[in-house]
Amino acid sequence: MTPILVAKDVDIFYGDFHAIKKVSLNAEIGTVNALIGPSGCGKTTFLRSLNRMHDLTPGARVEGTIQVDGQDIYGPGVDPVAMRRRIGMVFQKPNPFPTMSVLDNTVAGLKLAGVRDKNQLMAVAERSLRGAALWDEVKDRLHMPGMGLSGGQQQRLCIARALAVEPDVLLMDEPTSALDPASTAKIEELMSELKKVTTILIVTHNMQQAARISDTCSVFLNGDMIEHGPTEQIFQHPQDKRTEDYVSGRFG
Amino acid sequence: MSAVRQDVVALRRSAPAISPARRLTNALMGGLISLGTLLVVAPLILIFYYLLTTGLQALSPEFFTQTPAPLGETGGGLKNAIIGSITMLSMASVIGILVGVAGGIFLSEYPKHPLMPTIRMLSDVLAGIPAIVMGLVVYGLLVLRFGFSGMAGAIALGFLMIPIVVRTTEETLKLVPRATREAGLALGLPRWKVILQIVLPAAAGGIVTGIMLALARVAGEAAPLLFTAFGNNTVTTNLTEPMSALPVEIFKLATSAYETDRQLAQAASLVLILLILITSLLARYFSSPRKYRAK
Repeated sequence: MTPILVAKDVDIFYGDFHAIKKVSLNAEIGTVNALIGPSGCGKTTFLRSLNRMHDLTPGARVEGTIQVDGQDIYGPGVDPVAMRRRIGMVFQKPNPFPTMSVLDNTVAGLKLAGVRDKNQLMAVAERSLRGAALWDEVKDRLHMPGMGLSGGQQQRLCIARALAVEPDVLLMDEPTSALDPASTAKIEELMSELKKVTTILIVTHNMQQAARISDTCSVFLNGDMIEHGPTEQIFQHPQDKRTEDYVSGRFG
Repeated sequence: MSAVRQDVVALRRSAPAISPARRLTNALMGGLISLGTLLVVAPLILIFYYLLTTGLQALSPEFFTQTPAPLGETGGGLKNAIIGSITMLSMASVIGILVGVAGGIFLSEYPKHPLMPTIRMLSDVLAGIPAIVMGLVVYGLLVLRFGFSGMAGAIALGFLMIPIVVRTTEETLKLVPRATREAGLALGLPRWKVILQIVLPAAAGGIVTGIMLALARVAGEAAPLLFTAFGNNTVTTNLTEPMSALPVEIFKLATSAYETDRQLAQAASLVLILLILITSLLARYFSSPRKYRAK
């Protein structure tokens, strides 16, 4: 197994606030890696450093090295725009582009980057929507507004949109926290399919979800990663007392 | 299941009937709110009532097809002013929309830029410049060198539109969720593409409203045109020539000694208002994303 993503000694600051302290993490190709921990522990902050989303936050600073497929994403001369293409992201709330149809939303990453070939766009749209388990539900209304779908469908549309640019890594920031249980179940089912084509890092508040879907688990607390390992180990035989307290629901 | 339903039924039965005092308060408050609404729209109704009763009779086909009658004669129309207004407002919109939307994008999307506070302040000051002063500035800059022209008038009106368009564009763009921008960036799209092709379309409705507000405001301006476009009794669309406009003609005609002239002024006011109304309805119609209206 080879790691596609290697984060080493990552520190993140917001102004003077030290939000993430020396976190290191490897993600193997084709795995689902969950980041868990109580609110405000820094898991989302860490996730957002993996595709340079902090570049836009005033006062935010990332130190340490993060490599994707051997390339340092914060290295000199790295174009963040080209880099983000390889690292997809799905957000907490479904956020389809408001003025675009289902089809345009799905292929937005290609279309706005200049791909004009209708057949190619259609092929990518179908592949991505199938990949996000949405094709059968929307194939008859590809030209309807993306915002007209239900919340769960919108989130799967966002997953399809991220898949369309074929990212090496897919970051998911609590992708089901705004969804109902049925939609959540659909997206969880989808994970095992998604990891065949990409590598997933998912932030979740839901420990059962992490236990169900992930291969490895990282536990965050106050900006530290207190434990990292195979999911089974984290939930069955945690090495750290604080992990045990957290996964057994004693705090957080 | 049935236990729950019984509870619900019991709860409904136990809800007290609405007391007469509460009904009265409700009716009273409802009345007050209706009255307030009526007061707000009253000026608009009065304007339409006044112009329809006084101006409508002077609104003949000649009004749209003829130029003003020579001094002392009755009849004639304001074709020159209608064409002049439309020409200058179109040109002013080009200036106001291009510069205004660009400025709004800058203020909203590049808050970290060192020039941002200065530009925001200047834009706010510009919004406070009286229209007649704007006319004077354009007079000094352009008219003294090139003479009276429709272009000078259009520039004065365009400058007046800029701060309004800047402000509404900025405010509307800020309403587009940050997550929408981030989603675009996360797809590996450059920032300018995210702004122009994702954020701007999402804000289009509000921006168009702002543009219409600005246009409606300057469409009624006579002061900055008096010594820039000056006025012209012949019909022209040539922006290098002096040009007439409806507010300028209204100003001249309303202070005339002849009753027929004053009626013409009222008709011109009616046409001006209808012109603004129609433009704004058209703009709304074409800018609303009908297919994609989110429900």
